Amino acid sequence: MVLKRIRQTAALLCFVLITLLFLDFTGVMQAWFGWMAKIQFIPALLALNVTVVVVLVLLALLFGRVYCSVICPLGVFQDAVSRMSGRFKKNRFRYAPALSWLRYAVLTLFLMLCTATLLTGGAVMAGWAGLIEPYSAYGRMVSGLLLPLYRWGNNLLAFFAERVDSYAFYEVDVWLKGVSVLAVAVLTFVVVAAMAWRNGRVYCNTVCPVGTLLGLLSRHAWLKPVIDTSRCVDCRLCERNCKSSCIDIRTHKIDYSRCVACMNCIDKCPKGAIRYIHAAGKATGVNAPSDRKQTAPDGGRRDFLTVATLFAAGTWARAQEKKVDGGLAVIEEKKIPERKVALKPAGAQSLRHFTLHCTACQLCVSACPNDVLRPSSVLDTWMQPEMSYERGFCRPECVRCAEVCPAGAIHPLTVSEKSSVQIGHAVFLYENCVVNTDGVECGNCARHCPSGAIQMVPSVSGVPDSPKLPVVNEERCIGCGACENLCPARPFSAIYVEGHEAHRFI
Amino acid sequence: MEKKNNEMNRRKFLKLLGTGATVVSTAFYGCQSQRKDISGSAQSEIPTDKMTCRVNPTTGDKVSILGYGCMRLPTIPVEGKEGEDEIDQEMVNRQVDFALAHGLNYFDTSPAYCKGRSERAMGIALSRHPRSSYFIATKLSNFSPATWTREASLAMYRNSLKELQVDYIDYMLLHGVGMGNGMDEFNARYMDNGVLDFLMEERRAGRIRNLGFSYHGDVRVFDTLLSRHDEYKWDFVQIQLNYLDWRHAKEINRNNTDAEYLYGELAARGIPAVIMEPLLGGRLSKVHDHVVARLKQREPNRSVASWAFRFAGTFPGVLTVLSGMTYMEHLEDNLRTYSPLQPLTDEEMEYLYDTADLMMQYPTVPCNDCKYCMPCPYGIDIPSILVHYNKCVNQGHVPESAQEENYRKARRAFLVGYDRAVPRLRQADHCIGCRQCVSHCPQGIDIPSELHRIDGFVEKLKQGTL
Repeated sequence: MVLKRIRQTAALLCFVLITLLFLDFTGVMQAWFGWMAKIQFIPALLALNVTVVVVLVLLALLFGRVYCSVICPLGVFQDAVSRMSGRFKKNRFRYAPALSWLRYAVLTLFLMLCTATLLTGGAVMAGWAGLIEPYSAYGRMVSGLLLPLYRWGNNLLAFFAERVDSYAFYEVDVWLKGVSVLAVAVLTFVVVAAMAWRNGRVYCNTVCPVGTLLGLLSRHAWLKPVIDTSRCVDCRLCERNCKSSCIDIRTHKIDYSRCVACMNCIDKCPKGAIRYIHAAGKATGVNAPSDRKQTAPDGGRRDFLTVATLFAAGTWARAQEKKVDGGLAVIEEKKIPERKVALKPAGAQSLRHFTLHCTACQLCVSACPNDVLRPSSVLDTWMQPEMSYERGFCRPECVRCAEVCPAGAIHPLTVSEKSSVQIGHAVFLYENCVVNTDGVECGNCARHCPSGAIQMVPSVSGVPDSPKLPVVNEERCIGCGACENLCPARPFSAIYVEGHEAHRFI
Repeated sequence: MEKKNNEMNRRKFLKLLGTGATVVSTAFYGCQSQRKDISGSAQSEIPTDKMTCRVNPTTGDKVSILGYGCMRLPTIPVEGKEGEDEIDQEMVNRQVDFALAHGLNYFDTSPAYCKGRSERAMGIALSRHPRSSYFIATKLSNFSPATWTREASLAMYRNSLKELQVDYIDYMLLHGVGMGNGMDEFNARYMDNGVLDFLMEERRAGRIRNLGFSYHGDVRVFDTLLSRHDEYKWDFVQIQLNYLDWRHAKEINRNNTDAEYLYGELAARGIPAVIMEPLLGGRLSKVHDHVVARLKQREPNRSVASWAFRFAGTFPGVLTVLSGMTYMEHLEDNLRTYSPLQPLTDEEMEYLYDTADLMMQYPTVPCNDCKYCMPCPYGIDIPSILVHYNKCVNQGHVPESAQEENYRKARRAFLVGYDRAVPRLRQADHCIGCRQCVSHCPQGIDIPSELHRIDGFVEKLKQGTL
């Protein structure tokens, strides 16, 4: 009883905190509980966080797969679904042999994808490996499905706060950041929830690469639930309540590679025949064919596309002459320019480094307060975040994404360091500039450049009164996108940022 | 050091207490002599027959001292369309009926007001009453160069008659002379095309009963027009007058002229003055808390706005004081102030001039939210930005440095309030400085540089580098 309660409490705490980590947009949660994301297995592995990996391995060798029961948010999510399902149907599980061929096949595929990504420097579908990775799968679910609800709730509070003249809540934008990622999130949710509803932890024990990997260790765990055959009366209550379907009462054996140390069996046994103790390795990896077939989440969606053609005529109606007072001019929405090299946040170091380390968990996308980050829809970096400046620019005082990244894809950096990291450079397009199309003075790009990389220069040399056009000093430009975002030309800005393969300090 | 500070504070405090006590005692003294008139007046019915009226020397019109400015008519937002609204005609009708019933009889509109919808709305509301029960004032608002031709200007005038559903105009104005580039623009709008001659002809024919002009900006135009008074026989002139502009107009903007001078020139020639911006678009009612305390301390039962209206009405040469009353509550408050008008004493005048000096210490932008600058071709919501900024100045939410005591609270109030008041895409950082708005501003505000200044302030708040 005590062990189960401890597990439940710890799991609930971790689950709630990590969920809030994805939902919070104020940065408060991050400051206190940012480490929750950093102790996740795959992110820690990618970040080469040796301490965390060693601790997690030791944890599995000592206590079994408590990681899956407590720390992994996707695991706890499945427990919650399974628990709800259990209210309708008691004692619904039964022993099933392990689908070892499937588990190891998936793990092998996962490792192969990772290796291929590593060898090709990220050119091969790095995002695809992340499809079944539990932490990032959960992250996509929260940021895709729960985040909009959370923000709408916040906006409702902000609505009331505004009416009582309180500044406690402020409104935030809710917008669709990527169709394909949302589709993946919905699909993951449906598949994982359905599997958990019917068969408990079947996802963890057949699909999840982390589960399989930890299963290899947990077979040899120091402490594990052991059946005392002298006390067991073969009532099968433990077997019928094991969400991992890993207790076989017929042979009195437990498949420790699948046991997630949830302690439910210990709690259920009326005779106290199961105890969580150290015993000589009696683990049994049961190999048997199965008639059940599991489907991995189908991610093969190719229906996403990049829009945006650069020189598509941005018809900018000449400013209407004012005749009456009042009214607001219509503002056309900005479109994404076609960037030859994708923009990654400062701290990503290079496209290669970023692609190799990012699990596409969407934590930075959820955290970005400037609406700059969104998941990529390009095949080889699918679902991994990239930047664009239609809704905001990468503000100089913000390093939120670098703070939150658990996988070391975006290295932490200070505000002053960020001001000298060049992630790209601005490119000027005379055709779109309002000085050219509307015949007005502008200079908004130069006025807002935080690094002073843009000067306004008379278009005709020697004529100081001629219309001034921006000139970019690429050496000083850091690629923050203030110019692109604040450029009055629409739908395509007259100045846009082109990404750099490798970021550099200037 | 700390001790010294404390002493200073105590001394300051005692000093404050002293002045406070004197003011309070005078206030009580004032109250006692007027107690019967004032006490309970806030709850009482507004009298229908007490409105102070002034007589127009040329036509003998008995004009109510409160005039209805039709530049800020009530609107209702159009569902689902950002920034679009329509005139709340039902409310306009109700307020017009209420105003007429309480003795107000002067309505001032223009073809440009309320996105060009003001005249029609007023025509609908007023045509439900006998033509002799109200005076209508409208303007020849040919600001756009496209309407500088004689044909376009005359078409605008005839359209006014049609929209207002009348066959004569009581008070016709040349609109905003002195705006733009001064004399040249005035000549282009009214002289070279013979429009002024035409209007004088209309006056002779009786279709215009009074001819005048409203003035903003270049004082040379004002002086020139008055110097030719013998020729044009101005029946009235509309000027901006309030206790801030009386002596501080030049400080607010060097292009503006002190109301003291303008009124003096009119009074010397016996030309009735129609007063606009008595409240500076609400800037004299939404004042800094210190000023509110000061005014309320003296007259707890009167609104802050009532001081401004009594100030404007106190001058005998004033024919009527225009107020753009959007809400019924504004109308009621103003009717109460003027039914009847209790002119300010010399001492009270001085008190207001002192208040004006105090107000000049708060760096608000002199925007009256008239929306003449709108629409900005690049989508900026100029008046909302400036109004938000002024609100924050008056509420003490514009910190000068991060070391200030309430910096965090002020920063949050400014930034969160900014996003609420103005959609992100319409904020000051999108102002490109094309300067198309500048010539439209009757207050002569250098709008782009003010917006860039506010944007710079916002950037510092956001980056925490203040």
